[in-house]
Amino acid sequence: MDLWFTENHTSNVRLSIKVDKMLYSETSKFQRIDIFESPEFGRFLTLDGYMMLTEKDEFVYHEMITHVPMAVNPDAKSVLVIGAGDGGVARELCKYDSIKEIDIVEIDERVVAACKKYLPQTACGFDDPRVSVCFEDGVKYVRKCEEEYDIIIVDSTDPFGPGEGVFTKEFYGSCFNALKKNGIMVNQHESPFYAADRAAMKAAHKKIFKTFPVCKVYQAHIPTYPSGHWLFGFASKGPDPLEDVKTREWKKLKIKTKYYTPQLHAGAFALPAYVMEALEDVE
Amino acid sequence: MFKLDQTQAPLYEALLEMKDSRLVPFDVPGHKRGRGNPELAEFLGKDCLDVDVNSMKPLDNLCHPVSVIGRAQELAADAFGAESAFFMVNGTTSAVQAMILYACKEGEKIIMPRNVHRSAINALIVSGAKPVYVDPGIDANLGIPLGMSVKSVERAMEENPDAKAVLVNNPTYYGVCSDLRSIVSMAHGRGMLALADEAHGTHFYFSSLCPPSAMECGADIAAASMHKSGGSLTQSSILLCAKSVDEGRMRQIINLTQTTSPSYLLTSSLDISRRNLALRGAETFRRVIEYARYARGEINKIGDYYAFSKELVNGSTVFDFDETKLSIHTLGTGISGMEVYDILRDEYDIQTEFGDISNILAYISVGDRPRDIERLISALADIRRNYKRPGCGLPSREYIPPEVEVSPREAFYSDTERLPLKDAVGRISAEFAMCYPPGIPILAPGEKVTGQIVEYIQYAKEKGGSMTGTSDIDTKTLKVLKG
Repeated sequence: MDLWFTENHTSNVRLSIKVDKMLYSETSKFQRIDIFESPEFGRFLTLDGYMMLTEKDEFVYHEMITHVPMAVNPDAKSVLVIGAGDGGVARELCKYDSIKEIDIVEIDERVVAACKKYLPQTACGFDDPRVSVCFEDGVKYVRKCEEEYDIIIVDSTDPFGPGEGVFTKEFYGSCFNALKKNGIMVNQHESPFYAADRAAMKAAHKKIFKTFPVCKVYQAHIPTYPSGHWLFGFASKGPDPLEDVKTREWKKLKIKTKYYTPQLHAGAFALPAYVMEALEDVE
Repeated sequence: MFKLDQTQAPLYEALLEMKDSRLVPFDVPGHKRGRGNPELAEFLGKDCLDVDVNSMKPLDNLCHPVSVIGRAQELAADAFGAESAFFMVNGTTSAVQAMILYACKEGEKIIMPRNVHRSAINALIVSGAKPVYVDPGIDANLGIPLGMSVKSVERAMEENPDAKAVLVNNPTYYGVCSDLRSIVSMAHGRGMLALADEAHGTHFYFSSLCPPSAMECGADIAAASMHKSGGSLTQSSILLCAKSVDEGRMRQIINLTQTTSPSYLLTSSLDISRRNLALRGAETFRRVIEYARYARGEINKIGDYYAFSKELVNGSTVFDFDETKLSIHTLGTGISGMEVYDILRDEYDIQTEFGDISNILAYISVGDRPRDIERLISALADIRRNYKRPGCGLPSREYIPPEVEVSPREAFYSDTERLPLKDAVGRISAEFAMCYPPGIPILAPGEKVTGQIVEYIQYAKEKGGSMTGTSDIDTKTLKVLKG
């Protein structure tokens, strides 16, 4: 048997991963959820046919979206996570004793249920008592918050389908409003490489740039995402990710990571010229 | 509840059959199933151009329907509780026009609310009928025109017993309904026809949660914009007639101005939409109302915005309210409706139906999704956060009863001259002058320019009201009939 999962990265480029077996498939109220077992990447989760995470490379994404803001504010007490139904971000956040509450807002209850059953590697993040999960549209949840969080992590799908609301100006405005003084928002920022992804990246940057006084972008290498070159947005009400990073304090916490390091933190913000140009275009 | 089998869609089915028959076209349109215009075929889709065909035997003819179009119209009449129905391909404008041409000949009178749609006044230019306007009442706080009270309609009928018809908006753009049932019975008691402009009320026919429809209230003719709440293609509409209407005569009137090559895209969209409405309309509009109620509740929680609804009902100028209309009063935030409308589109990629000085209207329909509603609510909250400023009041507005000197047609065809506003007093206006708020004409062609009107125009301009309609953008001069 020759079974392959294929995702079109553009209409002319595709990535295929050999599949051992399908573990789970369901069409929820919001999207189609699939979990596969593969020889190369271990188990992986797709939503509406788009790769969300694999057991082999999820550490890159989850560490980079979590430890970058945490190293800037290692004393963060309350963190809001939008999306992240796989539990990966929560797993990384739970490594910080300073954090008192981790509120996860995931629109699709079924994603959490499926991950708890088939992806314990990330779903273990849900086990910590500081974590509470609310099944609601993130756009709606955050609209009602006022100066409640130190950090907001927007771990979203792509800007079409159920995740499109968290790529909007109104959402970023609500996030700004939901953050305490000196609060930080980090978001999944699409990729600069292929034209359609680049357009989404620019659109998001334009909106965030207008909303937050500090607005930077950093990168990581994620093999299973289109082009492998992926970006994250760092926006805040004050702290600068490079000037205000608390490297010494962070090192004292002795948090074990596989991808993130303090040197990488600085390096991740050094962007290729064409990416800087694309971002400056919309600033 | 229906007499006919509403699962049928004869026109749609005939088009499907025609597609399968691989007919060789030696008739118009010349693009011949898109082959002659590949760019258009790629843009609109080949399937779409495949059914962009001309009248032919198996597809019937809208101008003289004897088979599938006839049956599709019968099904529509049944679905809407009418005696007969006409598919219209030039918008509800053409339906309103046909309705008025049917009811009034040259020089005859028709009673209508002052906030009638422009298409009705244009129809008067075509027919030569004379309008008798009724004060629609104005909500001073919201700055919107309302409906006609039964009392004011009765007064107009008593003063004009020779009027041939009364026209009622069911509902207005903002969702306000008059007491249509009472107005219909008063009209019939005096031998007048009752006409309804239902450009914003197609859904009334399919939901018990909505105000009653014109046919249900016993009106003689109604123009229903299927392309608004009904889901059909833009420009398609339906004219509904009760038993009292001579169907043949109505068809003659429609054919005066209707194209002899009506689009099958438009007519089939009417057939398919009628079927959807008959089969699923009740459930659809239950959901639309649920969305609208939810959005209204959330918007009213933001603060400073006022999404109004049934609490406006007062037994006269607001007899009933259409809850699907999400009208939001924005002045509490200090931001005008026009500004909110622009900011929503420019900054938030959200297009609303319209913004006037004090309100916006967000059109909620069968096509909406909960996540879009969340976006709208969040965007309004964000706009308030970013743009809120001290509030400003609305200029107050008294209803000035118009003095109709000559028919709109006579004014339209007369020689005119341009005069400074002040010098126009005592002359007959050749043009419209509208003022927002509340979006009611102060002058229409054929009406006398009085000192009171000129004073009001100056007052409204000083207070920041916006004047439209006049050919002079600043409304410093007015076109009047040559004396």
